[in-house]
Amino acid sequence: MTDATLGAAAPRQALTAADARLKKRHAAERRFKAQGIAAIIVALVFLVVLVGRIVSQGYTTFEAHTLTVPVYLNPDRIDTSDLSGVNYDYIVAEAVMKKLNVQDDDLGTISTKVQDLVSRDFGFQILNKLKADPKLIGQTIELHGPLKADADLYFKGEIKRETAEGDRKLDNQQLDWLDKLEKTGAIKSGFNFAFFTSSDSTEPEQAGVLGAVVGSAMMLIITALIAVPVGVLAATYLEEFAPKNRWTDIIEVNINNLAAVPSIVYGLLGLALFINWLNVPRSSPLVGGLVLALMALPTVIIATRSALKAVPPSIREAALGVGASKTQTVFHHVLPLAMPGVMTGAILSLAHALGETAPLLMIGMVSFVPGVPEGFTGAATVLPVQVFIWENASERAFHERTAAAIIVLLVFMIVMNAAAVILRRRFERRW
Amino acid sequence: MLTWLSLLVLALFSGVAFAAGRRRAVASAGGRSRVLHSLPVYYGTYAALWAGAPAALLLLLGASFGGRIEDAMLQSSRPAAVQALEPDRQAVFYSDAHAIASKQPPSEVAYEGELKVALDAKVAEAQRIETVLNVGMLAGAGVLALAGFLLAFPRISTEFRARNRVEGWVSILLIGCSVAAVLTTLGIVLSLVWESWRFFQSVNPISFLFGTEWSPQIAMRADQVASAGAFGAVPLFAGTFLIMLIAMLVAAPVGLYSAIYLSEYASRTVRGVVKPLLEILAGVPTVVYGFFAALTVGPLFRAGFNAIGAALPAGPLATYLMEVQNQMALVAGVVMGIMLIPFVSSLSDDIINAVPQSLRDGSYAMGATKSETVKKVVLPAALPGIMAAMLLAVSRAVGETMIVTMAAGLQAKLTANPLDTVTTVTVQIVTLLTGDQEFDSPKTLSAFGLGLTLFVVTLTLNIVALRIVQKYREQYD
Repeated sequence: MTDATLGAAAPRQALTAADARLKKRHAAERRFKAQGIAAIIVALVFLVVLVGRIVSQGYTTFEAHTLTVPVYLNPDRIDTSDLSGVNYDYIVAEAVMKKLNVQDDDLGTISTKVQDLVSRDFGFQILNKLKADPKLIGQTIELHGPLKADADLYFKGEIKRETAEGDRKLDNQQLDWLDKLEKTGAIKSGFNFAFFTSSDSTEPEQAGVLGAVVGSAMMLIITALIAVPVGVLAATYLEEFAPKNRWTDIIEVNINNLAAVPSIVYGLLGLALFINWLNVPRSSPLVGGLVLALMALPTVIIATRSALKAVPPSIREAALGVGASKTQTVFHHVLPLAMPGVMTGAILSLAHALGETAPLLMIGMVSFVPGVPEGFTGAATVLPVQVFIWENASERAFHERTAAAIIVLLVFMIVMNAAAVILRRRFERRW
Repeated sequence: MLTWLSLLVLALFSGVAFAAGRRRAVASAGGRSRVLHSLPVYYGTYAALWAGAPAALLLLLGASFGGRIEDAMLQSSRPAAVQALEPDRQAVFYSDAHAIASKQPPSEVAYEGELKVALDAKVAEAQRIETVLNVGMLAGAGVLALAGFLLAFPRISTEFRARNRVEGWVSILLIGCSVAAVLTTLGIVLSLVWESWRFFQSVNPISFLFGTEWSPQIAMRADQVASAGAFGAVPLFAGTFLIMLIAMLVAAPVGLYSAIYLSEYASRTVRGVVKPLLEILAGVPTVVYGFFAALTVGPLFRAGFNAIGAALPAGPLATYLMEVQNQMALVAGVVMGIMLIPFVSSLSDDIINAVPQSLRDGSYAMGATKSETVKKVVLPAALPGIMAAMLLAVSRAVGETMIVTMAAGLQAKLTANPLDTVTTVTVQIVTLLTGDQEFDSPKTLSAFGLGLTLFVVTLTLNIVALRIVQKYREQYD
């Protein structure tokens, strides 16, 4: 370059000085950018660990080990006058012992140990069969049912033989039996349908999510029936009809603040208003739906307002221009055009309501509900609360089920969110 | 059931009213509906609304408040045998009478002798009241429906402005729906204030807000000596503050930096991938975070600290670290911080994007690098908005319930040690209101005192934050 050939010392010095500073500035630039990237990576790592951890803890639930065993319904042990009082678990244990070629000792330690391996579900099966057909007594029937949770965990590798015998739930003899049963083909693994067809139970191997899924669905129906129409109409009024005065300002500030009220406060409201004052049955889908509807209302209103805002004024002017009244303009033209946005917002706030737990604890939904809710006013449990209840249980098998219930919950939320996204992609119009 | 049936009948009746009104309008115009003021549909709707709406409102009010009226009438006279009972046993008595009368399972309390006689009398009375109420409600609804129809139907003529009338109904409906939001706030405030007021009758508000001893489980009854001193909420406030602080220490830098990167540096594709992923993090239910905290992060941190304690030379610190438990404030705080990252990041992202491009262009023109522009121009301009975003995040952290319920402890301790077990306001509300409860004891009512405090704090934070955002928006609009 020319200034180099000129050899002027002073400007060159100035240039190099600036160079050092520039380097520093560029280094700062790179550092800053790296910090930004690091932040994003940290957030994404949290996401991956969270989801990965839950999937890795929960996926094993979808596999279950079942036992098929011929059971001799010994007439000596079954008192026909009191079918419900019979010790069926022992009859099942006898059948398994026969299969294993072991004899019970006088103290019954062997049969007790065998009973620790098979689910009590077998006993209930026999009882139900006998109630339907008492003639079965004295015959041998083939029964098929789940193993007890600990035995199931052994086959899934959660309980290991390497662990010291005193530290695990099953001793060496029990593990030998399990291996033997598996070798003879009596124990098979398969997809755990029972998890989706049964409700909460005190025995982990019999506990499923059906009751909670139905409860969640019923509750969401109530929430949707209340929050969506009321929210959409309220937003329509505020956006299209309301005069700008102090009252509408108050309503507006109010809605924005309501959206940020902690969910547990809604639970307190539900307890005081719906349960203690209006006598709505505790822990019913009805009261849960009402509380969640109040909670979802502000978000539905906010989403609807932004969807209405996106409809250009020209639509309104054209409708008014051909002689439609204000109400006709809004209900025949503006609202239908805003509908995709409204529905997207509504689905998203319902998905949020689906995952809400805290307010439901206040209105008595933590109670143990074995079975599908009997109606909108019967006792029910919902998926997130089921997660909370199972997480509190001490058995290890319940932790596995908690994670599986979370997976089910997340699948429902993903489906709802995906529906919202598809709705937005397909029907959204850019003006 | 009765309500549903009568609503169905009512719907049929208003359907008939619709058809009749429409037909009358068309007939009065001699079949040429062009002569009518409004479309025929509006005449039908007008008749249907008058026939159906007032009666439906009555039926719904009856269904909501009927049980309450019945209870009030039942309790207007109290037999001597019942008056001898304790107040909460009396409540059980009446709810049982009500339950038996409406064929629902009563409580498991056994009634004998005079009480049994009184119960049977009350059950009969309840059934009588129920019948009277139901008949009255149905008759009222029938009269209203007929009267409404007879009022509306003769009015229908060619000149009648049916559309304007129907639109009047529509705007009443719309205003009613918007008022629902205000009523919710009113309901929250009234129920919290009312129950808290009852609580503050037995516990001094000053000792509640400034007391340092929290042990509501001991003070089961109001007349116990310890009851007044056991409701000092300062340890709860301290615990809430500690966990909030830890959460913000995680969420604020990570959230803010990712917002800056996404809005200033990231390419369209990166933004398109990362933003939805962060939204997933935001959509995960809090109970899932709670599970993650309790069963993954808690044991992990505990194992980590125990290992550090084992590696350190023996001393009080090493012993302390070896004994750290799962339920430390740090675990709940960190997981809550993770939950808040997307919240902080998306709010800050909006605010940074709202800073006018001209400010950035001016800075670049002066030769500033991108980071210098961000640090010296964009962030100062966005500072009020970012402060507001942080306040909103703080409000979320204070009101968050599930994570702390599952991962923080129950012990009320006044400590600033993040490795110690603390409890929060929300955890205590959940603990006090789940499980067996008698509704009138100060123990249960204290939950409403805590709820009121929580509501006031979060509301103040929100109002301040929204004010700041509003002012800030005006500045650049």
